[in-house]
Amino acid sequence: MHEISIMQHTLDLAIAQAQQNGATKIDCLTLKIGQLSGVIPEALEFAFEVLVRGTMAKNARLEIQTIPVVCYCQNCDRSFQPEEYIYDCPRCQQISIDLVTGRELELASVVVSS
Amino acid sequence: MCEDCGCSKVERNTAIETHQHKIEINRGILSQNDRLAAQNRNYFHSNELLVINLLSSPGSGKTALIERLQLEQELHKYDRGFNLGAIIGDLATDNDARRLQDRGIPAIQVTTGNACHLEAKMVARAANQLDLTSLDLLIIENVGNLVCPAAYDLGEDLRIVLLSVTEGEDKPLKYPPIFKSAQIVIINKIDLAKAVEFDLDRAIANVKQIVPQAAIFKTSAKTGRGIDSLLVYLSKIKTLTQINRN
Repeated sequence: MHEISIMQHTLDLAIAQAQQNGATKIDCLTLKIGQLSGVIPEALEFAFEVLVRGTMAKNARLEIQTIPVVCYCQNCDRSFQPEEYIYDCPRCQQISIDLVTGRELELASVVVSS
Repeated sequence: MCEDCGCSKVERNTAIETHQHKIEINRGILSQNDRLAAQNRNYFHSNELLVINLLSSPGSGKTALIERLQLEQELHKYDRGFNLGAIIGDLATDNDARRLQDRGIPAIQVTTGNACHLEAKMVARAANQLDLTSLDLLIIENVGNLVCPAAYDLGEDLRIVLLSVTEGEDKPLKYPPIFKSAQIVIINKIDLAKAVEFDLDRAIANVKQIVPQAAIFKTSAKTGRGIDSLLVYLSKIKTLTQINRN
């Protein structure tokens, strides 16, 4: 359940940004979560509900964008989206270790009111 | 259109006018941890340390492996042996640090309370309690967990993921994020492989499918089997990182 500490970091970051912009409340947070980040969106949502209480984000909506794993195959010089956790290129079957996306743990944006 | 910034969204309240707008942030949620990890890394490098983040499930033999590394060095009197130190993460108790201290290894226990992983700031605090100038290999034994520690950079040079034969051959398939982050995978408790009908070839094939770039070692922290080749490999890595840094 490291989602609680991840959500706490997210809220700290969002609240700091909102305050710098003179906002009084946060209406929406958008996160980008990679499929290989090791974070479960449902657990993030649960942590969010608990942690926003008593903060300027207490009525905010949480939007999670899941970012798929995309690998790059050096042999074929092209990117591909693996179906499972074994990242074999659909063209040449070589296993790729070159991850283009999928590890994201990002706060993309917040919508605030003032 | 609102008068303040030109955005199109305006909400009207009965008494006050509310102004709503979007702020693009695009920052890593763990960017603060990443920054502290980078500071740790610099600090470790300035002390010419090789630093390992050791990850596994609870009870796979992380502490036993560190004990055995020390014991093998003493038994074989390596010319260029490591001066080993350790930082140990657990939810509670300092049992593991005391085990290592009893073997003569400087070790600092970090008790995380309820946290299921170590973070860079905990490692920084613990490292300050060690005399790093007297060490050349620092092993950070993470909290036993194959999920949560994956996302947290601690400032290490290498990640070792340990699995023991009692956990089954398909562990890498079940926990891909953490295995994919490893430079070294160790299959431990190899002395028990027969008793638990562990299919070593299948386990190695699974590791290679998930993390083809990792070096694989088969060890028994109990009997010492395979520890020698791990030590040789680590000392090669140490020499290489030293060359790269200079």
